[in-house]
Amino acid sequence: MLRILQFLYSLRSFLLFVLLEVVAVWMIVSNNSPQGAAFFNSSTALTGSVLKTQSDVVDFFTLAEANKELTEQNAALLEKLTRINPASDSVTFELDSAFEASFKFKSARVISQTLRFAQNHITLNKGEKDGIKPGMGIFNQDGVVGRVKTVSKNYSVGISLLNTGLLISSKIKSNDVFGSVNWDGKNPDEAKLLYVPRHVKASVGDTIITSGFNSIFPSGIQIGTIKEINPGKEQNYLDILIALSADFSRINYVYLVENTQIGELDSLYQQAEIRNEY
Amino acid sequence: MNIRTFISFFLMGLILVAVQIFLLKNLALFGVALCFLYLLIILSLPVSIGHIPLILLSFGIGLFIDMFYDTMGIHAASATFIGFIRPYWLKVISPTGGYDDSNEPTLKEMGMGWYFTYAVPMIFFFSLIFFSIDQWGTGGFFGVLNKSFFSSTLTFLLAILVQLLFFKKRRGI
Repeated sequence: MLRILQFLYSLRSFLLFVLLEVVAVWMIVSNNSPQGAAFFNSSTALTGSVLKTQSDVVDFFTLAEANKELTEQNAALLEKLTRINPASDSVTFELDSAFEASFKFKSARVISQTLRFAQNHITLNKGEKDGIKPGMGIFNQDGVVGRVKTVSKNYSVGISLLNTGLLISSKIKSNDVFGSVNWDGKNPDEAKLLYVPRHVKASVGDTIITSGFNSIFPSGIQIGTIKEINPGKEQNYLDILIALSADFSRINYVYLVENTQIGELDSLYQQAEIRNEY
Repeated sequence: MNIRTFISFFLMGLILVAVQIFLLKNLALFGVALCFLYLLIILSLPVSIGHIPLILLSFGIGLFIDMFYDTMGIHAASATFIGFIRPYWLKVISPTGGYDDSNEPTLKEMGMGWYFTYAVPMIFFFSLIFFSIDQWGTGGFFGVLNKSFFSSTLTFLLAILVQLLFFKKRRGI
């Protein structure tokens, strides 16, 4: 017995090493699942406030540009608004509840993000206190950015679209064919559109938008445009490369969207025994 | 290790971690070369430090960096490995006559040739482990090698630069 203990004692540093590596790997694995509850990350109070201060300083230098983008988008929205609100003399209909707006929008600022890993995340300056919930979609004026993963009191961490673990239900705008957008971990300007059958006729330059099927994003938010189409290695699907429309190297202000009926949908799916895969 | 060297080490560590978090986190030269300057803390701890404190320290530093990178556990896993192999590697490349107890494995104390053989493989293995975990499942061993090579080159160059500029050579005893 004593011998065994002595033997173990002589190996103590190796055992400690193995133990710590196991802890680290466990953390990596539990942090990697897109829905997993992450513990330490950049949404904790300490890291969040440090990153926010940094971003406050850096943002100061890009204020002019951010302002320009916001005014441009305001103008676009105003134009849309005039189209939706017709002149007061026309007949108005009561909307059926099916057409009621089931999406709520919020805005936030990105205080930290990574670009160069295979699993990238973004940290936002709003949290539980401001009504941010895990599962909300994140996008900006150019296109889809990601999805909220965890929320603390004042901050939240989202999985970036540049994360090999995130699939976004999408469709080709011109012919309504569905697929899933997934990043392949290589170039931060490009992603793949998966599960598009071979018989589909798609052409380079077609726009990819969200399908609205996974009830995270409303349908019609832009994701990117088709850059290359190849017959895939797999028998059944095309290998489509898309150029992402959001420029991830300079994301500043983002919008968050929440589906207010997601609870109802989820319980419906559960009754129907469909697993809602994000 | 007396209290003065301890304090100067602590300050150096703090500064390096701050630089890593605020400046180098967003740096990626040509999209492939990341810089892990904070490894300099682990690399330049005194030779006489115990194995167990070294491993624990490496793990702690890695974890702290992870919190800001949102790469939970990846830095910690790779840094722990570096902490673990450091004493063995030091033994392998020990100069004739062995180390002094007060030796620190830094550029100014040990010279360029020795430092190159000491630091480059450690930094390279760190990068290799880091990118292997990071790119796990996405395939592409070439991409991992590519990123590791350029990242370790950049890290090494910056480590040399920092030591030339800021590390003082200790006067004789």
